[in-house]
Amino acid sequence: MSSSLRFEYQVSGEDFTRAGEASSDIKHKLKQMGVNPTAVRKVAIAMYEGEINMVIHGGGGEILVDILPDKIVMDLIDHGPGIADIDLAMQEGYSTAPDQIRSLGFGAGMGLPNMKKYSDEMDIFSTVGEGTTVHMVVNF
Amino acid sequence: MTLKEIRDLLKATLLTSTPDLSRTVHSAFSADMMSDVLAFVKDDCILITGLCNPQVMRTAEMLDLAAVIFVRGKKPDENMLRLAEDIGICVMVTDLTMFLTCGKLYSAGLDGVDGGAA
Repeated sequence: MSSSLRFEYQVSGEDFTRAGEASSDIKHKLKQMGVNPTAVRKVAIAMYEGEINMVIHGGGGEILVDILPDKIVMDLIDHGPGIADIDLAMQEGYSTAPDQIRSLGFGAGMGLPNMKKYSDEMDIFSTVGEGTTVHMVVNF
Repeated sequence: MTLKEIRDLLKATLLTSTPDLSRTVHSAFSADMMSDVLAFVKDDCILITGLCNPQVMRTAEMLDLAAVIFVRGKKPDENMLRLAEDIGICVMVTDLTMFLTCGKLYSAGLDGVDGGAA
């Protein structure tokens, strides 16, 4: 791959059953491009957790994925309530998700830690009342 | 352990048109929290769960899991099975509880997953 490619996804905040479609699509694309399986897996898991978070907490939003010659850059942007204390949110087991979300298999306070674990770089930019952007990089 | 051996041991019903039941898996993970699955599971693994919604299939897809086994007779709906077929994941359902499902598979030699790093 000599040039960069950008893919953009709109994530609905209304339909939990469709969460993960963007991550599924990017996983397919990366496999087709011949990206090494370890990087594909890291991108798929990190982006999927982020996508789930956007649906649960952010009311949906937009995901931008840039595929560069040596890395994949993901920006997950929502206009939800924002994160008041990012350090607290990063702790395993801390969650503000309601019980209804836990009954769906998420909201155990593992989403952000998993995203950090599977990405090589992660930054969170959040303003309460305005929204959150999670920036993640996975190197090849 | 092959998927066929797992199906037979659990007296499970196969719900997808999985072409290759001779595929070998080496470990299993049981959970209803998908983020736990995403945190710990590696390749050649099956998921045993009592959770029954489309995100189970999506989680299995992201991890390239070989199979999902639903316990206590929980049957996924048509949309979930269509998704599983599209992704290429084997889906089974057993009437056993999660504890008995895990116990039988472990006793038969299927390993667990270390709760360590990815």
